[in-house]
Parts: sequence; C-alpha cells; structure tokens
Amino acid sequence: MKRIKPYMLLIIVAAADVLLLFVNFDLGTRVIRSTGLNFAQMLGVIPPIFLLIGLLDVWVPREKVIKFMGEGSGITGVLLGILLGAAAAGPLYAAFPVAAIMLKKGAKFTNILIFLGAWSTMKIPMFLFEMASLGYAFAAARWLLSLTGILFMSWIINKLMSDGEKQSIYKKHSGALEGK
Amino acid sequence: MFEKILYAVAVSSLILSYCKDRDRTKKGLKKAWKSFVNVFPAFAGVLALMGLVLTVMSADVISRFIGHGTGFWGMLTTSVIGSVTLIPGFIVFPLAASLLEKGAGVAQIAVFISTLMMVGIVTAPLEIEYFGRKETLLRNAFSFVFSFVVAGVIGMVIS
Repeated sequence: MKRIKPYMLLIIVAAADVLLLFVNFDLGTRVIRSTGLNFAQMLGVIPPIFLLIGLLDVWVPREKVIKFMGEGSGITGVLLGILLGAAAAGPLYAAFPVAAIMLKKGAKFTNILIFLGAWSTMKIPMFLFEMASLGYAFAAARWLLSLTGILFMSWIINKLMSDGEKQSIYKKHSGALEGK
Repeated sequence: MFEKILYAVAVSSLILSYCKDRDRTKKGLKKAWKSFVNVFPAFAGVLALMGLVLTVMSADVISRFIGHGTGFWGMLTTSVIGSVTLIPGFIVFPLAASLLEKGAGVAQIAVFISTLMMVGIVTAPLEIEYFGRKETLLRNAFSFVFSFVVAGVIGMVIS
C-alpha cells in the first residue's frame, strides 16, 4: 500500500480516462492524446532542470546561498528572487524543484515565495509576448501590479506560516536530496 | 526555443562539471536522479490530470464562457476557469486578444490571465508535495483574490 499511495492521483485519473473512453470515445481519445503530449512536454523540460539542480547541489556552497538569499540577505535576496523567477521560462511546476534546492541551501522562505510568484506571472519572455498581443499598457500595468502584489503576498504568507510549519518544509528538502 | 537553450545550458554545465571534478559530477547526477524519482509519482499524476482537464476545457469551451459573462459574475466565472486550467502563454495571449475584440471586458481578461498563471488547482497536488498543504492553500487563495485586484486596477487604467 505504501508504494501505491504516491500513485493514487495517477490511478484515479487513469480510471477516469478509461471511463470517459466508454462514455464518449472521441473525447476520450483526445484526452489520451493530450496526456501523451503533456508527458512528452515534461520529458522535454524536466531532465535538464533536474540535471542542473543536481549540479547546483554539488557545486553551489550553502554559505553563498545563505549570504545572498538567506535570513539577513535583505533587499539582495528579494531582488534575486524576482530576477531568477522572471528570467525563467516554462510552466510553474518546473519552478518547484528549483525552489526546493534553494530551500535546501538555506534561502529565506519569503524569498522562495517571491521567486515562485515571479516565475508564475512575471516572466520576461511571457511579458514580451503579452505586450505584443494585448498592448503595452495592459502588459506593463499587469506586470507592475504583479510585482507589488507578489511582494506583499509573500510577506504575508510568510507571516501566516508558523516556524514549525516552515521548519518541516525545510526539513523535507534537506533530506530529500541527501539520498536517504 | 526555450527547451533548446535549457538543454544547451544543462549539457554544457554537465561537461564543464565533469572536466572539473568527475566524482562530484557523479554525485550530482545521483542527486538529480534521486530528486526526480522522489517526485515522479506526483508529477505523473498532475500531468495526467492536466491532460484530462485541458482537453475537456478547450479554448473553444473557455471562449464560450467568457464571451457571455459580464460584470462581477462574468469575472467570477472567468477566474474559476483560469484557476483550474493551465494554458501555455503562447495560446492564452492570442486567445485573450481575440476575446477582447469580440467584446469581452478588459477586467475579465485580466482576471483570466492572472488566475491562469498564478492559481493552479490542477498542479496543487505537486505543490503540496513540495511545500505542504498550508503554503499551497495560502499561495493559491491569495493569488486568486489578488487577481481581482489586478483586474480592478487594469479595468480602471485601461478603458
């Protein structure tokens, strides 16, 4: 049971897919095709990201990350969080493992939240595309609002999480990569 | 394009790392593999869920919803659709532009784009796996509410 549990979601969705095939064959086959495409897309983005994470893990010293993004890194950590997030491309789920390695190396929780926020909605490649489609005013207004909102939300979420809750997240990631 | 750059960076880093320190590189690769295997079940589940939801909620279906809604209820519908689904930016922006042309409100489009990017119900199982239930709940709930602020301000600025 312990080995099956992590796959629960996959099993439920697969069952729903099969059910859908019986109810609506056309829609069912499209779902299966699109699921295949999703996996293909993941196989495109995920291997290099995990590869880089592994290399970062062995090469970037913890002290450096603590210095630039940890407690007491101040504005530098905030700016780095925004910059690293905004420079990225790719879906938000690709940001999670990157954020995890930053946590492991001792980055401050608020800065991680800022990084995730910036990655989700402030990415520069996206911004350029948004500008081209929806106009300069729309894209710029949304970007600036997002910046303000993300800083505020990160601060408040960090306040709402107890030290114990944050510690358990840090603990999870310190072990996860050690190969326990 | 992005994938190619990512691969180029990853592969050249790997080569550089290997030349500098072989053992350390091997250790890094092992860690990379380990962290991948750890999250694979959650990843696979979320990807399957995305395949299901994205197909049922296709761009056509979405535009039908957004085309009709006006005012606050329209925004609410739009935001819920935006929260559930994940559509790549290169599809979203042209879709949003064409919806604007068809007469959808700027505020609705803004709430749609913001929730789409920031709120991820489908990816929540993965986020929980990484950062726990509380962070996931807080981040998504705040982002949802915040998307309305964005929409309100953009609606005032651009009209």
